[in-house]
Amino acid sequence: MQILIKGGRVVDPGNFDGIADILVEDGKIVEIEKGKGTHASPSVTQGKESRIIDAAGKIVCPGLIDMHVHLREPGHEYKETIKSGCLAAAAGGFTAVCSMPNTNPVNDNSQVTKFILQRAMIADTVRVYPVAAISKGLEGKRLCEYGDLKDAGAVAVSDDGRPVTDGQLMRRAMEYAKGFGLPVISHCEDLNLLAGGVVNEGAFATKMGLPGIPNACESVMVMRDIALSELTEGPVHIAHVSTMESVRAIRAAKKRGVSVTAETAPHYFTLTEDDVGQYDTNAKMNPPLRSKQDREAVREGLADGTIDVIATDHAPHSSIEKEVEFDMAENGIIGLETSVSLSLQLVEDNVLKIDQLVEKMSTNPGRILKFENGLKKGNPADITIIDPDNLYKIDAKNFYTLSRNTPFNGMEVKGKAVLTMVGGKVVFEDAQR
Amino acid sequence: MQFERKNILDMTSLSVDEINMILDTADSMKEISQRTVKKVPTLRGKTIVLFFYEPSTRTRTSFDIAAKRLSADSLSISASTSSIVKGETLIDTARNLEAMNPDVIVIRHSSAGAPHMLARMISPSIINAGDGMHAHPTQSLLDLMTIRENKTEVKGLRIAIIGDISHSRVARSNCIGFTKMGAEVILAGPRTMIPKGIETLGVSVAPDVEDEMCDADVIMMLRIQKERQKDFLFPSEREYARVYGLSNKRLANAKDDVLIMHPGPINRGVEIAPEVADGPYSIILEQVTNGVAVRMALLYLVAGGARNADTD
Repeated sequence: MQILIKGGRVVDPGNFDGIADILVEDGKIVEIEKGKGTHASPSVTQGKESRIIDAAGKIVCPGLIDMHVHLREPGHEYKETIKSGCLAAAAGGFTAVCSMPNTNPVNDNSQVTKFILQRAMIADTVRVYPVAAISKGLEGKRLCEYGDLKDAGAVAVSDDGRPVTDGQLMRRAMEYAKGFGLPVISHCEDLNLLAGGVVNEGAFATKMGLPGIPNACESVMVMRDIALSELTEGPVHIAHVSTMESVRAIRAAKKRGVSVTAETAPHYFTLTEDDVGQYDTNAKMNPPLRSKQDREAVREGLADGTIDVIATDHAPHSSIEKEVEFDMAENGIIGLETSVSLSLQLVEDNVLKIDQLVEKMSTNPGRILKFENGLKKGNPADITIIDPDNLYKIDAKNFYTLSRNTPFNGMEVKGKAVLTMVGGKVVFEDAQR
Repeated sequence: MQFERKNILDMTSLSVDEINMILDTADSMKEISQRTVKKVPTLRGKTIVLFFYEPSTRTRTSFDIAAKRLSADSLSISASTSSIVKGETLIDTARNLEAMNPDVIVIRHSSAGAPHMLARMISPSIINAGDGMHAHPTQSLLDLMTIRENKTEVKGLRIAIIGDISHSRVARSNCIGFTKMGAEVILAGPRTMIPKGIETLGVSVAPDVEDEMCDADVIMMLRIQKERQKDFLFPSEREYARVYGLSNKRLANAKDDVLIMHPGPINRGVEIAPEVADGPYSIILEQVTNGVAVRMALLYLVAGGARNADTD
């Protein structure tokens, strides 16, 4: 099977940006011909099974990677399964996702890791890279067997959803994980400072009578983990950065050469605490939506490279968890099928150039997790095609995810993924393309 | 003016005209409670559910008496005696109540926004009887009524609210209600109990409790919850009483015609000395009396009492 992607703007950060044709054969990229409409353009071989995809006016980039996703299986299959999550990822333009370990049972042993990979193989859509737990049962008491987990296929460790409160355990995790080349992904939160908070601390929380979460709840732990990374020389990746103080701390740490990377999620650069409105549980997540000032700082952090990655923190919940009193609702929103559209707004707003956006959604997660994912000859054909001009209204009814907990329903956006290819196989194609 | 509002959720959503109309109606309702036969037929045939997720004596009794004096049928549901203990969600309980066609549901709940959720999802009128730390509009209205009775008007008054502002829905509703009606509101208390951004409600935070007590036309003391000590909000009741409590000695420096208020229940000897609570400046029990009148007015206005009266 041959596929020719013709006439698109190929954006492969650090490698190439321009009009080119890409020829895919047997799941791999076999040829990239730069320059428009020359006779040297590659063509499909007569007599072979083939397909030509017209990508004129589209962005063709290395497959997007979402390094922060909750697939909920095993244990919470009514919220999401590996299959439905993979379909949602494909529809959102992702060719790979990292699944967080807070399932039931927790992914803290090789059996669960293998189970996830097996379900992903059956789903046969996008690539799934399991993130294993830092500590047994996410309890912050004992290290997991990173050697075993790595052999089973884990690509990083994280207690995501819960912070590692014990500084000594975090230190040892960084040291021990370093021996296996596994990055430590840190959910930064001081539970004492959290003190039952459910929205950002400030005028909004005060007005609505909701207990607030101060910025320091996140940033004190970001600073601790930076210090531990300096101590251990182990790489640390800061998950879901939401505050100005965290951005500053990471910026300063990078400047002095600390091995720290960071991600944020589309809701943190799109929304603010005010979007919680009249107690909308679909705008409740952890860390919470912050102030305008924080949103600005996150955008600056993205622009100057302090924040390396855009990840969704896709966190499906059903009406059982969300149609309840605000303070009792679970944290988290879905994000796989809105991320590209919301992130393209950063290009529209001149925060990022398109190649920087691709860097944050593909190249950088690949670098941090050590995946080979550029558009190079011989690489697996993991490719995302984006239509940057497609104007549409987000409609949660059409989502592939099993859950509907999004604050973005009904929002007018511009641009979306229109085709997702994993290993040469088209796993999603927009019907109206 | 016709009262069109279906739900009473918070002071933010009420206009000045609506507040005045509620207070005027309450003034006329007050007389009913002073008759020997304390009952009028105005809400005959109306069903009012008092749905209390949180313990309450004053507010629930006040609503119950208000409903009965207007001849409505009222019934109480509390969290401990309802299906909530069997794990039913708030919204399911509310939908079940709705299916029995009540006219008004009065709700108290520990979660901010719970009444707003009900108002969005079910059809009866919703009256918020206190939601978490968010709002307690009927308390604010009865406070306004009591101040208006004693001072003729609220406009231009300097009102000090002292104590745990952070955890007080009464403080929030009064910040909004008092400023809306033209008063100046000054807050004071330990810094641990002053929430961030409270100034955005149009009030100011005083650096010193003593000064505020001297200048205010009205001093409202808030209840200190003893269990807050474990959240490191204050070190001891003893110190709280000494630094922030209202004693007779402090009262000596206050204005001659100062009014002392408290939403209750009071902690004698902590935020307020017994001789102040029981003293000549205290209008704490007038607040309770007016609570019935304000709640009668609200039930009358939202349950279509005006329309009922036309046909009777």
